[in-house]
Amino acid sequence: MSLHFELVTPARLVRSEEVHMVVVPGSEGEFGVLEGHAPFMSTVKDGVLKIYRSAGAAPEEIVVSGGFAEVGDKGLTVLAEHVEG
Amino acid sequence: MASLKELKGRINSVKSTQKITKAKQMVAAAKLRKAQSAAEAARPYAQRLAQVMASLAGKVTVSGSSPKLLAGTGADAVHLLVVANSDRGLCGAFNSNIVKAAKLKAAELEAQGKTVLFYLVGRKGRAQIRRDFEKAIVGGFDTTTVREAGFNEAEKIANELIAMYEAGKFDVAHLFYSKFRSALVQEPTVQQIIPVPAPTAAVQADAVTEYEPDEETILVELLPRYLRVQIFGALLENAASEQGASMTAMDNATRNAGDLINKLTIQYNRSRQAAITTELIEIIAGAEAL
Repeated sequence: MSLHFELVTPARLVRSEEVHMVVVPGSEGEFGVLEGHAPFMSTVKDGVLKIYRSAGAAPEEIVVSGGFAEVGDKGLTVLAEHVEG
Repeated sequence: MASLKELKGRINSVKSTQKITKAKQMVAAAKLRKAQSAAEAARPYAQRLAQVMASLAGKVTVSGSSPKLLAGTGADAVHLLVVANSDRGLCGAFNSNIVKAAKLKAAELEAQGKTVLFYLVGRKGRAQIRRDFEKAIVGGFDTTTVREAGFNEAEKIANELIAMYEAGKFDVAHLFYSKFRSALVQEPTVQQIIPVPAPTAAVQADAVTEYEPDEETILVELLPRYLRVQIFGALLENAASEQGASMTAMDNATRNAGDLINKLTIQYNRSRQAAITTELIEIIAGAEAL
């Protein structure tokens, strides 16, 4: 009942953890990823990534730029060139 | 025969050289560890991006309308050689090996009637290339201002290259750097970076992935990123190789200095003994004469 989420920059692996939901600022609109999401790839515009550790919890926000999101059976992977926060 | 004083002076000077090479060796060993872990930390991103590129490349067919970074300019006349060197010396043949590889390639391309241009990264090696290809150097990137070349530098280099490519300054770009095998072995490597060589497509059966926007747009967006990561990876490999080469070179230098000190010390003792013996003989001869 949790989503495996990874945030990777060229310099390091920033996050690799189990979360409830992540809201990604896709280039064609924000989208939320929960567990069991269909395979999906999207470019990400520069903006805020919201990470919900559990349902209803206050989101943790990370600013990403130059990003790319991939949802596969292993969970969500966000590749970002720059990360703040 | 050198006098005792001269010998002593030489021994001292070799000793201080040995101190320097030993210090540099230890610094290189510490930095090597750091450079290696930086290279390791960069691996996940490069791997994932390569995977995504491969699965995209399998879906998009290369045609005249595909992005120039992937399909090329259609010509093959002007080659740009991007040569990545280090900023510091004292690392053995590290820089000359890379330069040698680049010059070899340049000669080969010129024999085929192509135009060769150079883009230089790093301070060392600049002079060596300028000697033979003064007019061919079109640009360079100075990494002396930063302690370690990181992703920001790779980004700037890549952006500059892409701008030059888009302005039609060259058709093909090759990247020269040193691949890190171990502290003892570094391999000068050539890699074509522009046009981006199509990643070998991994066969994927679950082709139900949705793309937003479409595959082609994503690919266009990812190509410059892929290039940046390639350059970043090369810079990291280069940094690790430089430290490895430096460590080996300085280890050899320290050992050679030690040998030299031993040799000089023996010579010093022999001459000292000879001087004493002569003095004694003189005294005895003097006493006998009385």
